[in-house]
Amino acid sequence: MDARLGFSVSPIAVDLPYSEPVAEPVVRLRNFVRRFGANTIIDGLDLDIAPGEFIALLGRSGSGKTTLLRTLAGLDEVRGQDVEVPDSRAVVFQDARLLPWKPVWKNVSLGLKGDKVRDRAEAALKEVGLGHRLDAWPLTLSGGEAQRVALARALVREPKLLLLDEPFAALDALTRYRMHDLVLSLWRAHRPAVLIVTHDVEEAIALADRVLVLDKGRIVAQEHIAAPRGERSGLSGRLREKLLSYLGGDDHRTGVLRFGPLAEAAE
Amino acid sequence: MAVSTWGSQGTSRAVPGILLERIGGRWVSPLLLLLLWELGSRSGFIPERTLAAPSAVIGTLMEMLLSGELPSNLLVSFARVAAGLLIGVGLGLVLGLIAGLSRSGEMAVDPLMQIKRTIPALALTPLFIVWFGIGETPKVALIAFGTIFPVYLNLYSGIRSVDLRLLDAGKSFGLSRWEQVWHIVLPSALTSLLVGLRYALSVSILVLVVAEQINASAGLGYLINNARDFMRTDIIVVCLMVYAILGLGADWLVRTIEARALVWRPSIVEQ
Repeated sequence: MDARLGFSVSPIAVDLPYSEPVAEPVVRLRNFVRRFGANTIIDGLDLDIAPGEFIALLGRSGSGKTTLLRTLAGLDEVRGQDVEVPDSRAVVFQDARLLPWKPVWKNVSLGLKGDKVRDRAEAALKEVGLGHRLDAWPLTLSGGEAQRVALARALVREPKLLLLDEPFAALDALTRYRMHDLVLSLWRAHRPAVLIVTHDVEEAIALADRVLVLDKGRIVAQEHIAAPRGERSGLSGRLREKLLSYLGGDDHRTGVLRFGPLAEAAE
Repeated sequence: MAVSTWGSQGTSRAVPGILLERIGGRWVSPLLLLLLWELGSRSGFIPERTLAAPSAVIGTLMEMLLSGELPSNLLVSFARVAAGLLIGVGLGLVLGLIAGLSRSGEMAVDPLMQIKRTIPALALTPLFIVWFGIGETPKVALIAFGTIFPVYLNLYSGIRSVDLRLLDAGKSFGLSRWEQVWHIVLPSALTSLLVGLRYALSVSILVLVVAEQINASAGLGYLINNARDFMRTDIIVVCLMVYAILGLGADWLVRTIEARALVWRPSIVEQ
C-alpha cells in the first residue's frame, strides 16, 4: 500500500480479504449465490461488514447490486445459504417510498412498537431538519425532504445495518451534497454499519471507508480509503480512474462506465 | 365556475371557495334549465298534459309535503335503498377482500362474480318475483344484487394494484402480513373502493326505480304509477325530482367520505 495515495487496493478481494474485521461482523455472506432461472445474478459472493463500517457498493446496471441489497434487506428469501444479517436493519430506497396516506410522523413511526412513538418520530425528524413538517402529507414534500423523511424513518429504528439504495440518484446536485453531509453526520451520531449502493464513483469516494466494485455477481475490487472525509478531493481523481476501470468490466483499459444492453436487461 | 380557483388557496378562504364550488357552481346550469322550462310552459309552448310547469310542480310538491304523502312514501323508498345497499355493499366488501387478499379466495370468488357480472341485475326481476313474491324482499334483493359487483370489482382491483414498492418498504421495516394489509394495502385500495361505492349508489337508485314498479303499495314508484293513471305530470315530475335529489344526496355522501378519507391527496382543482 502506497501511503501517499491515501487508499489501498486489493483487486481480487474474493481470494484475498483485506483483513478480517476484529469485531464480530454484522453482515456475513459466504459463497452466496442467487439465480433467477438460468441467470446467475450473484455468483459465489463473500462479504463481511464490520459494525459501524461505511461501505459503498459500486456496479453497473445488472451487476447484481440491487439483488445483493434486497438480500441484505431481507426482502428475498435465502434458503440454505450462509447469510447472516442483523435483525435491526433499515432501508432507504431511491424513491422515498413514503405512504402517501399517512402524515410524515406516522410514516417515520411505521411499525414501531411501544409508547412515545410520536416523540421518537419527532426526534428523528428533528435530526434530519424536518421537525416542522411532522404533520405534513408526503405528497406535499420536495424530493429532498421526502428522502430526509426516509432517512428519519430508517434511523428511528436504531438499525445495526443501514442500507441505502441509490438514495440520492434522483436529487439535484446541490441537494445531493447536502444529503451526503447529513448522512455522514447521522452515521457519526448513530454508528450503524452502512452499505450504500450507488453508481456514482464520486459519491462512493466521498462517503465510504471501503468501496466495493461488483461485476457479474462478484466483487472484483475493493478499495480502503484511509484519508479522512473532507480531505479526499486530492485522491479522488486517481481513485476514480481506478474504480472506473474496474467498473468497465473485463476491459480494464477503457476506464469508461459502459451500460451494455444485456446488462440492462438482466436487472 | 372560475370564481373559486384562486380564492381557495389560502386556508382561511378554502371553506367558502369549496362551498361555492359545491353549491353555487354546480347549481347554475340546472337553474338555467328550469328557467327555460318555466318560460316554455308559461308561453304555452309546453302543454300541461305533456309536462307541468316548474311552478306547478313546486305547488304540488308543497302540497304533497304538507299532506305527508311525499315524506312517508320517500321514507319507504329510502328504506329499500338503504337495506339493499347495506346488504350489497357489505357482500361486495367481504367478497372483494376475500378475492383481493388471497389467491385461493380469488380462485373461488372471482369466476362466480364474473359470471354474475354478465347477468344484468334487472333481468332477474321475474325470477326474484317468483322466489320472493311481490313484497319488499324482491326490491331489496334486486338492489343488493345490483350493488355487489361495483363494490367487489373496485375493491378487488384496488387491492391488487397496490404499489409493490411500498409493500417492499413495509416488509423491510418488519411489518407483519396483517400490518402490511392494514397500513399499506387497504389504504391504497380505498381510492378505488370509493369509486365503486359511488357507482353502487347510482346503481341502487336506478334499480330502485325499476323495482318499485313491481306492484308497490307505497314508495315513490307507487306514487308515479298512480300519477300515470291520472295523467298527473306534475306528480310524476315531483317524484322524478325526488329521485334526482336522492341521486345528488348519494353523490354528496360519497364526496364527503372522499374528502375526509382522501385528505392526503393534493387536489388537482385547488392547485
